[in-house]
Amino acid sequence: MSVLLVLLIVFGIGIVGFFIGRQRASARETGEVKVHSRAYYHGWWVFLVSVLPAVLFIVLWSAGSSIYLERSAQASLPAQTAESAVASRGLALSMVRGIATGLDRLDAQELQNLPQSYADLRSLLGSKGVALASEGQDYMVPIAERWHSQAATARTIGAGLAIALAVAGVIFGLSGIHPRARARNNVERIVLWGLLAASTIAILTTVGIIFSMLFQTINFFSVVSPWNFFFGTVWDPRFADAGSGGSQGQFGLIPLLAGTLYIAFVAMLFAVPVGLFAAIYMAEYATPKVRATVKPLLEILAGIPTIVYGFFALVTVGPFLRDLSAAISGGGGFIMAQSVLTAGLVMGIMLIPFVSSLSDDIITAVPRAMRDGSLGLGATRSETIKRVILPAALPGIVGALLLTASRAIGETMIVVLAAGVAARLTVNPFEAMTTITVKIVNQLTGDLEFNSPQTLVAFALGITLFFLTLAMNIFALYIVRKYREQYE
Amino acid sequence: MNLMTERSLEKAVGDKMNAVASTNKMKGDKVSVFYGAKQALFDVDLDIPEKMVTALIGPSGCGKSTFLRSLNRMNDTIEGCRVTGQITLDGEDIYDPKIDVVELRARVGMVFQKPNPFPKSIYENVAYGPRIHGLAKSRHELDEIVESSLRRASLFEEVKDRLHDAGTGLSGGQQQRLCIARAIAVSPEVILMDEPCSALDPIATAKVEELIDELRQNYTIVIVTHSMQQAARVSQKTAMFHLGNLVEVGETEMMFTTPKEKRTQDYITGRFG
Repeated sequence: MSVLLVLLIVFGIGIVGFFIGRQRASARETGEVKVHSRAYYHGWWVFLVSVLPAVLFIVLWSAGSSIYLERSAQASLPAQTAESAVASRGLALSMVRGIATGLDRLDAQELQNLPQSYADLRSLLGSKGVALASEGQDYMVPIAERWHSQAATARTIGAGLAIALAVAGVIFGLSGIHPRARARNNVERIVLWGLLAASTIAILTTVGIIFSMLFQTINFFSVVSPWNFFFGTVWDPRFADAGSGGSQGQFGLIPLLAGTLYIAFVAMLFAVPVGLFAAIYMAEYATPKVRATVKPLLEILAGIPTIVYGFFALVTVGPFLRDLSAAISGGGGFIMAQSVLTAGLVMGIMLIPFVSSLSDDIITAVPRAMRDGSLGLGATRSETIKRVILPAALPGIVGALLLTASRAIGETMIVVLAAGVAARLTVNPFEAMTTITVKIVNQLTGDLEFNSPQTLVAFALGITLFFLTLAMNIFALYIVRKYREQYE
Repeated sequence: MNLMTERSLEKAVGDKMNAVASTNKMKGDKVSVFYGAKQALFDVDLDIPEKMVTALIGPSGCGKSTFLRSLNRMNDTIEGCRVTGQITLDGEDIYDPKIDVVELRARVGMVFQKPNPFPKSIYENVAYGPRIHGLAKSRHELDEIVESSLRRASLFEEVKDRLHDAGTGLSGGQQQRLCIARAIAVSPEVILMDEPCSALDPIATAKVEELIDELRQNYTIVIVTHSMQQAARVSQKTAMFHLGNLVEVGETEMMFTTPKEKRTQDYITGRFG
């Protein structure tokens, strides 16, 4: 029985339990005793006590049984594997697992007269659409066969136990139904646990991401010294030398960091005034009708995939700026098609809706009383905005801008297409520079050994970027909390 | 019906003498206000006498705040609001397109129901208006305006050591007096007060009322209030609104002792509203 089928059965039992529970509970609502919980809460309680333990059991059972089967198969692998055609025990084990899963495709009769040589089995499974490696050994066949049969047994036992558990849950739930039973509170508590679990998953994922990057970064720093990485001014990873020993190339972060910050700066230079003025217009001047139209339109910008902005930069903005500069200087243009300016400009366009939408919310949150107070003193609208509303909203706006900036720093697709790949240190915005994200993409794409510093540097870059944006976000939150105006 | 103390009766008699001599600072002529399609005020004729306190009373939603806000065109900031009829300030129509609304609001200041100091220092709160209108030519002059405004609002002694602390850190009553000082600082001719004491405790209320009585010497004041006692204590002229109509208007003393309209009598004796 497949796991999916068992799950379906368990849910079926739960749903039946729900209806029986609800029906029984409503039958008890005689009016003599004041009931504690509505009938459907009893139904839900029955459903939850039958489904939750059973599902949990299925998960634990399948994980436990597969670990057990793998261990026992590994123990029965012959010792000479190390010298045989297969490179390692791990590889042999995964080949055995491949065969064992392939055996699922065979029917009972075929399993009865299973060919005992690997070559025959390979051709048999091949005819069923299961591809096996060519270097398998004959000794793998009986091990796989035993694995397969044990797995089937484990699944059957597990399915039986899970269904039994679900039924027991229904019976337990139903036995607890009486008018004063606190089904409502119980369901509420389980909902609370569910919500808690959801937020825990989000946090644990973050921790997991950090650790996955951390270990690879440590590997990288065992080859390249952190000093050279963080303070090196030359980025030259030397792909040609990968794996051949000798020179490792230079992994200087500075040119990438400079490019990242420079492009983000240009983007903010463009996005902040435009976004902020748009927000002020929408929050203070636009009639509700205009606002209702303009705001969603602006937010469409936020929905465009960044790769599309990348195209836009590459095929439209870049060539336009290049031709424009050529026309101005008369002859060779001084703006390259891929440049800091191109990437920054297009990234700035991408950031406008973030700035305007966040700032708009913050400006609108300034109480009406502030506006009235200022207008009532004979201030004009723009004086009111400049002297009362913006100062009051400033901490929030600064926070919003920092959040936007951390987005700009982490942005990838636009810079991959528009900023260029040359890791240079320059202050000329018309030349190409590159960013941390571009180099991560470069280092991870292509045919490279995964444990070479050329690849591992991507993780070091990733974790640097992570801490950079994390620091900005924390700083933004700190600013917002510290300077938040108490209007009451 | 003995709502008034002996003292305020005496005062009211004195005020009555003043009232005769006083001229009208503002005049409302057939003022109607619409919010979208809904009419909130119906043909109100009401004059505001100079250097006196005029109280607008009536149950919630009767249009008294609407009338008050149309006196300095604060209703302009509300979407879909329309005013018909005529309101004049010193004989000039304030809804005339030639009138600059910003200038008007500098002449007709406003104090709101809830104290709304800006999130700035006490000094900056008071200096806000003078700065905008360029009333002070030097820092020294500005200091003087701030001090005298705070003094007139009877707040200076309480805050003189912390002028550069946040205005939002004051107590509710102090905040409201700060808002009054802020309004005085631009030297308006008329001060509109929209339930200025409704968010204050009785002690702070007493201080603000005392202040209003003092301000009467220099300013024309219009106050919206829900408190009959307050209207009786601070005002010389009272206008009673109900359902968007002006029910009755007259000298405060007369209104509270011998109201002509039954609705006025019912309201001030607490029978409805």
